[in-house]
Amino acid sequence: MSSTSTTAGKARSANALDAAAWRRWLGHPWSLGLIGILAVLLVWQLIAGSGLVDKLFLPSPEAVWKAGSEQYARGILIKDLLASVGRVGAGFALSALVSLPIGIAMGCSRVICQLLEPLMGLIRYMPAPAFIPLLIIYFGLGEEPKILLIFIGTVFFNTLMIMDSVKFVPSELRETALTLGGHGFQIVTKVVAPFIAPQVIDAYRINMASAWNLVIVAELVAANEGLGKRISLAQRFLRTDEIFVGLIVIGLIGLAIDLGFRLLMRRACSWAN
Amino acid sequence: MHLSVSGVSKTFGHGPRAKLVLDDINLELDSGEFVALVGSSGSGKSTVMRLVAGLERSSTGSITVDGRPVRGPGSDRGMVFQKYSLYPWLSAAENVAFGMQLQGRPKREVNERTAYFLEVVGLSDAGRRLPRELSGGMQQRVAIARALAADPKVLLLDEPFGALDLQIRESMQEFLYQLWERTGLTALLITHDVEEALLLAQRVHIMAPRPGRIIRTVAAQLDRSNLAHLRVSRPFLELREELAGCLRSLDAGVPA
Ligand SMILES: Nc1ncnc2c1ncn2[C@@H]1O[C@H](COP(=O)(O)OP(=O)(O)O)[C@@H](O)[C@H]1O
Ligand SMILES: [Mg+2]
Repeated sequence: MSSTSTTAGKARSANALDAAAWRRWLGHPWSLGLIGILAVLLVWQLIAGSGLVDKLFLPSPEAVWKAGSEQYARGILIKDLLASVGRVGAGFALSALVSLPIGIAMGCSRVICQLLEPLMGLIRYMPAPAFIPLLIIYFGLGEEPKILLIFIGTVFFNTLMIMDSVKFVPSELRETALTLGGHGFQIVTKVVAPFIAPQVIDAYRINMASAWNLVIVAELVAANEGLGKRISLAQRFLRTDEIFVGLIVIGLIGLAIDLGFRLLMRRACSWAN
Repeated sequence: MHLSVSGVSKTFGHGPRAKLVLDDINLELDSGEFVALVGSSGSGKSTVMRLVAGLERSSTGSITVDGRPVRGPGSDRGMVFQKYSLYPWLSAAENVAFGMQLQGRPKREVNERTAYFLEVVGLSDAGRRLPRELSGGMQQRVAIARALAADPKVLLLDEPFGALDLQIRESMQEFLYQLWERTGLTALLITHDVEEALLLAQRVHIMAPRPGRIIRTVAAQLDRSNLAHLRVSRPFLELREELAGCLRSLDAGVPA
């Protein structure tokens, strides 16, 4: 009698445990996102498998996977990836390095702000891809025009976002430093810079997306290798599977960079969470 | 140390929009004194403090510390704001060390003084915590320790307990009084709370608004051996009522 009730109890508690585990799993912030991605993959597979759509237009997931593995085996994938990542890295690093001091200077000094803000506000609305012809005339078809395009396309947004973040530094924090014996430059390095660090990282994370857009556009126009170049070649040979590979790889890298910035934020600015 | 504010006025803005905020303010403060400035909100108390701290320039008159005119902020005049003044990315101990580091003091001295002043404000165990992990009262104690550690000649306190709950405010008042007795600091306290001013300061200046001016100065010679008793003692309550009534009549627009 007592033994049966314990077994029943055990079964019940095991069920409860399962339910709790499921709930915990579903409660994880990434679970639902994963489900969304899997659902799209499933629908894709179903449509491609049904034969309703021409294979030329919609390759199956396996075909895309095969095309990707083949590119990887031939070493093209890594080469393209490194070329694009290198351009984004160089152009964006330049943009980040230039925008930080200028943004802080604009945020701290009304004169510098009034001098530069209208100019930047104007250039910011010129679409960066429209600079490509000019950059090609100036710098030819090498790496410089692509790196500079990324620089031009992100430096103004970075600068203006950093400037804005400086304006939110509470005046008490600056004034406290002054009454503790701090001087002008110390206020910038010891008060302003640490305070805006989280917003700067966030600005970089957001504007990184434009950098990826721009590198692909630049490579579509003129390049020997790179993920964008691969996509435009694939179009010429009607290789939709390779286009899909390119798109997915670009998306995955973007996601990885975004996560990297979030991780950096959590590590470096734990006080701000 | 001698702080002197004489004939100081302050006007914000220019031309037709000029606004006289302070009119002919006179104050004296000697080493070891605790002086309070009481007035309703908007009467210009913070402006007086900011002028003394050197964060604003006076329109007329002079402010001197030991005979030398105040030209800007400096570590000889430490300041404690009402709130939001701890660096949120620094621990309590790092906040206390912050001013000394700005001054370029040797590392060993910084560490020793940090430990000492954390102990003085009773927060030796909280040194590693971030500001957001501290209560409002603890945060203000860290801010006071930070100001003291920078070794100012005078401590300027701008409604330091104004954002705290009543009970915590009372215990912070006792804390500040004991700190004053122990360390012999010199302090100028701003508050809108008559009780707080009478409890802590030997001299209380009452400010009237629009334009801000000192209309009355009271020497509060009270027996402060037990603040809890003082709060409910008859002479204290009478003085408090009188001054509170004075402030109320000012707010009601009745000429003092
Ligand atoms: N920077 C400023 N510009 C213009 N008006 C100011 C400025 N600072 C303070 N005031 C005005 O001065 C008056 C007194 O302010 P404040 O000194 O902060 O008073 P309190 O600290 O007694 O509340 C207020 O009417 C306020 O609007
Ligand atoms: Mg005030």
